[in-house]
Amino acid sequence: MGPVAQVSDALWRRPRVLLLLLLLPPLLWLGIVYLGSLFALLAQSFFSIDEFSGLINYEFTLRTYGELFRAANLDIILRTLAMATSVTIAAAIVAFPIAYYAARYARGRWKALFYLGIMLPLWSSYLVKVYAWKLILAREGILNWLFETLHLDWLLAAYLSIPVLGGNSLSVSWTGTFLVFLYVWLPFMILPIQAALERIPPSLLEAAGDLGADRGQTLRYVILPLALPGIVAGSIFTFSLTLGDYIVPQIIGTSARMIGQAVYQFQGTAGNIPLAAAFAVVPIVIMGIYLTVARRMGAFNAL
Amino acid sequence: MRSDRASLGLKIAAVAGLLFLHLPILLIFVYAFTTEDTSYQWPPPGLTLQWFGVTWNRPDVWEALSLSLRVAAISTAIALVLGTLCAAAVARSRFFGRETISLLVILPIALPGVITGISLRSAFNLAEIPFSFWTIVAGHATFCVVVVYNNAVARFRRTSGSLIEASMDLGANYFQTFRLVILPNIATALLAGGMLAFALSFDEVIVTTFTSGQQQTLPIWMLEELVRPRQRPVTNVVAMVVVLVTAVPILIAYYLTRGTDTVAGQGK
Repeated sequence: MGPVAQVSDALWRRPRVLLLLLLLPPLLWLGIVYLGSLFALLAQSFFSIDEFSGLINYEFTLRTYGELFRAANLDIILRTLAMATSVTIAAAIVAFPIAYYAARYARGRWKALFYLGIMLPLWSSYLVKVYAWKLILAREGILNWLFETLHLDWLLAAYLSIPVLGGNSLSVSWTGTFLVFLYVWLPFMILPIQAALERIPPSLLEAAGDLGADRGQTLRYVILPLALPGIVAGSIFTFSLTLGDYIVPQIIGTSARMIGQAVYQFQGTAGNIPLAAAFAVVPIVIMGIYLTVARRMGAFNAL
Repeated sequence: MRSDRASLGLKIAAVAGLLFLHLPILLIFVYAFTTEDTSYQWPPPGLTLQWFGVTWNRPDVWEALSLSLRVAAISTAIALVLGTLCAAAVARSRFFGRETISLLVILPIALPGVITGISLRSAFNLAEIPFSFWTIVAGHATFCVVVVYNNAVARFRRTSGSLIEASMDLGANYFQTFRLVILPNIATALLAGGMLAFALSFDEVIVTTFTSGQQQTLPIWMLEELVRPRQRPVTNVVAMVVVLVTAVPILIAYYLTRGTDTVAGQGK
């Protein structure tokens, strides 16, 4: 018996050893490279920065976390939460009809078309998508041109004069940031909703009809409750991705920062790693709470 | 209620949603041909092919593209090995901590990229590792594992364990079984996972900004142009080419996993 066969036999007798050998490389990589880095970062959030020298003071303190609650920083957190919430709600509303049509009515060739129609934008380059919106929202871009051609520029001007939502132009407004977020994360909402809807047996809908429910009632009392885990699953993506993004608000939006930008700037130009680390903990905690609630609602079965 | 026909409102909402997803990308295709080179003027004052030639002769674009391709190839290779091993372990047996391992694999993509990026950066700084090609690869491989893992684990679950037992009963050892029975069964899933991992790495920008030092991958090049536009026509052409090039692996992955219960893009 050759050495290879001997090794194989030894492994057959000891399945635990085989399991360990299989798991060792990925665990070493993810455990050391990833978790190691993550903990190294989180540990630094318990240090503070010396205000005079700008050097990190390696003593345990909760002062850095306290700084999160200063008005300016709290604003950043609340602003990001508001954006993530509104993007998530809007994505659910826009995604639902697409997912519903793809799951219930699209057949054969159309089904494939719908599937690719959702997958291609999902996987096409994130930066290219952001760039496309820079073209669309630019002052000389297609959206302004459309409003002017339709003689509706007064409407756009009126909208842009609304305090928080508007701004000098769409590309430097809260609305612009919102639209881009909605666009880039929308496919992440469609897929889980579609998966949830596909699991509803058609006979349930027929039963609802037989019992006298009209379309609206069937939607309200049968389809929506069954689709809810899918919606919650999709919202995990849209919420989490918006929470941590720093590129979209940097390119399209106001000068008011979001959490991702704060993390980026504190670690980069400001050189305040402890505060950046503390800021990074915020989305982790928020997502932790969110995931716990989502698990209760059965969202993980819809992923 | 007639359940076999969609209402008009639903049709309109679904089609409008799909248009919303696709029109912005198609718009880039028009801009790649515009004669306007200093603003984003719409409609384009004229159409030209000259920017394709200009882009072709730009060494910085070629360098960025080559770096991106090399990083994506190596990260995908690492992710294929680690993801398959992990999937084999999780799918074949039940053990203590199994759920934790699934969570660990998904974590790099579930947490915001900015956190993964800044963690790696501060770890490289602490360990005094200079930024290089390999620091970029380390970041990319970490979040690519999940894509391979998701595709492989779904296929392992549907591959009957009795196939492996039969192979061993017939006298094959583990390595022969892997090469002759397991690999042919999971090959298309791995290929699909690999394609998606490649696409994910090729496009990644957030983690890369933290781990790349002075080197520019193609997305970093694009980001520079987005923040400080200098070469709008070249950027338009690059954007269009990137859309076309990334569509290819997605379509291949789709055809490879078609007819199975895997959603190819689940992992992203």
